[in-house]
Amino acid sequence: MKRDLFRQWHTLHAKNQMDKSFSQTFKVHGGNMYDAGKASTEIKSILKQLGISSPTIRRVAIAAYEAEMNVVMYAKQAMIKFEVSPEEIIISIDDEGPGIPDVSLAMQEGYSTATPEMREMGFGAGMGLPNIKKNSDFFKVESIVGKGTKLEILIHINNS
Amino acid sequence: MKMTLTDITSSLSCDVFAGFDQLNIPIEFGCASDLMSDVLAFSQSGALLLTGLVNIQTIQTAYIAEIKAIVFVRGKKPDDNVIAMAKEKKIPLLGTQYSMYEACGILYEKGLIPTMAHLTCKESNG
Repeated sequence: MKRDLFRQWHTLHAKNQMDKSFSQTFKVHGGNMYDAGKASTEIKSILKQLGISSPTIRRVAIAAYEAEMNVVMYAKQAMIKFEVSPEEIIISIDDEGPGIPDVSLAMQEGYSTATPEMREMGFGAGMGLPNIKKNSDFFKVESIVGKGTKLEILIHINNS
Repeated sequence: MKMTLTDITSSLSCDVFAGFDQLNIPIEFGCASDLMSDVLAFSQSGALLLTGLVNIQTIQTAYIAEIKAIVFVRGKKPDDNVIAMAKEKKIPLLGTQYSMYEACGILYEKGLIPTMAHLTCKESNG
């Protein structure tokens, strides 16, 4: 699979086929702090296989991990869709959960609603959404209280 | 200044829990935190992480943030699950009896550069 991904990616890139992309979807279940992070580590592995530059991989991995941790900590479950085109990477998260009552407040560094259990695991610094924003070129949050939250994260690929 | 993990192990009198074959790797930067989102926000790729938080998410965070090695302070010891994940991710794990404050001070004095050094320099230059 490793060789196929590499060959597919570089064929797309060489032909500059902007309308074609690689994508994968992950289902993440809320509540399991022990297993949290599997989707984002898989995303990182895929990007390494595709030969994406390290700085870009780090940005994507951090944004994906923070988003995934938010799902695990607060939501019932979510679908995380990961798309790679020759120029950009898009991560879309659509969760079923309580939603965010005040998105602008949640975006403030240091603001956190983490439980004691989450803080014991080292989370709750109030940097989750700010970290996603800091590492993305475009970041959108839509939330409905009582239903769930959607995130869209776009990161341009820097191959320098 | 770059130190190797062997230098760090010696300076902090560390036990080695994982990564015995990686002790010659050079480390240039260091960061310390018990908050994982702060590690993601303020670390650099290739840095050493000092932390008192000994759980699976510490290893996951380190992998995501491209931390090169972890030192657990205050005599904390990882369990078998944490060690297994670190071996899988190829992240060396060390442990020291020193407090975080002392361990950071020792390594800082030996020339390990803070991952936020560029911000510190900017503030001190006004």
